[in-house]
Amino acid sequence: MKIRVHVSLKNGVLDPQGRAIHHALEGLGFEGVNDVRAGRLIEMDVADSTTDAALEEMCRKLLANQVIENFRIEKVA
Amino acid sequence: MAFTAAVITFPGSNCDRDMAVAIEQISGGTVHRVWHGDAELPAGLDFIALPGGFSYGDYLRSGAMAARSPVMQAVVAAANRGVTVLGVCNGFQVLTEAGLLPGALMRNAGIRFVCRDVPLVVENNQSLFTARYSAGQRITIPVAHHDGNYFADAETLDRLEGEGRVAFRYDEPVNGSQRNIAGVLNAAGNVLGMMPHPERMIEPAQGGSDGRALFESVLAGLGVAA
Repeated sequence: MKIRVHVSLKNGVLDPQGRAIHHALEGLGFEGVNDVRAGRLIEMDVADSTTDAALEEMCRKLLANQVIENFRIEKVA
Repeated sequence: MAFTAAVITFPGSNCDRDMAVAIEQISGGTVHRVWHGDAELPAGLDFIALPGGFSYGDYLRSGAMAARSPVMQAVVAAANRGVTVLGVCNGFQVLTEAGLLPGALMRNAGIRFVCRDVPLVVENNQSLFTARYSAGQRITIPVAHHDGNYFADAETLDRLEGEGRVAFRYDEPVNGSQRNIAGVLNAAGNVLGMMPHPERMIEPAQGGSDGRALFESVLAGLGVAA
């Protein structure tokens, strides 16, 4: 089973990397970019028997730091 | 009783020797060097230090992998038993990732790596780590980090301030840290995490000795003559 875990910064948490990317886009002449937030995508191949609870635990214990980050689990196939 | 300390080395630690030398020179005690893969710590430890560096190449998040290494379970257990634990720089990041300290250390607000001496204010001189400083004392200690931007939600920050758990504060903006926080204590007061490097300021030859009192505070607090 292919899994994608999307990790993103929580609202209200300053994202210096996103801001730098935003500035770089503006520097390249792209207009109308209102905001940029940078996150992380983790792709995993796990046994089909892996439970949702186990996936959530992986996110809570390691893949995301819930002090600053949210996560979303997507089953690809 | 002889003072016994351990300095943990993770793959990518680079301030472990400096930390061991500082503790050894100031305490005159025994400093064990412990590898991250060890599941057990030496017996009878008074003090555990998590050094600076870039453990596991800062993969995933700074300190994230190190916090899940075998030795950290033993460090967490020791901290919960009341053993004194100091985390500096990457060590601070590891302590937050391991849940021993609240908050998180994010990328510096200015994106850049900051490597310079910074002015700090000793906010709480009643702690095990700071008793040899005076309250409000201004000291100079170097920082060298990319991810030192301390973040916690407002409620947590208020609680830390109210409980006197902000040990050190930057006296000028350094990395975007909430409320300029440079070092925080756990609720029991036996765990301190800080981004500045006290072990790099223990004698005049290093440009200053403002970090020395931190180690002397711990030794005095634990009843060891320094």
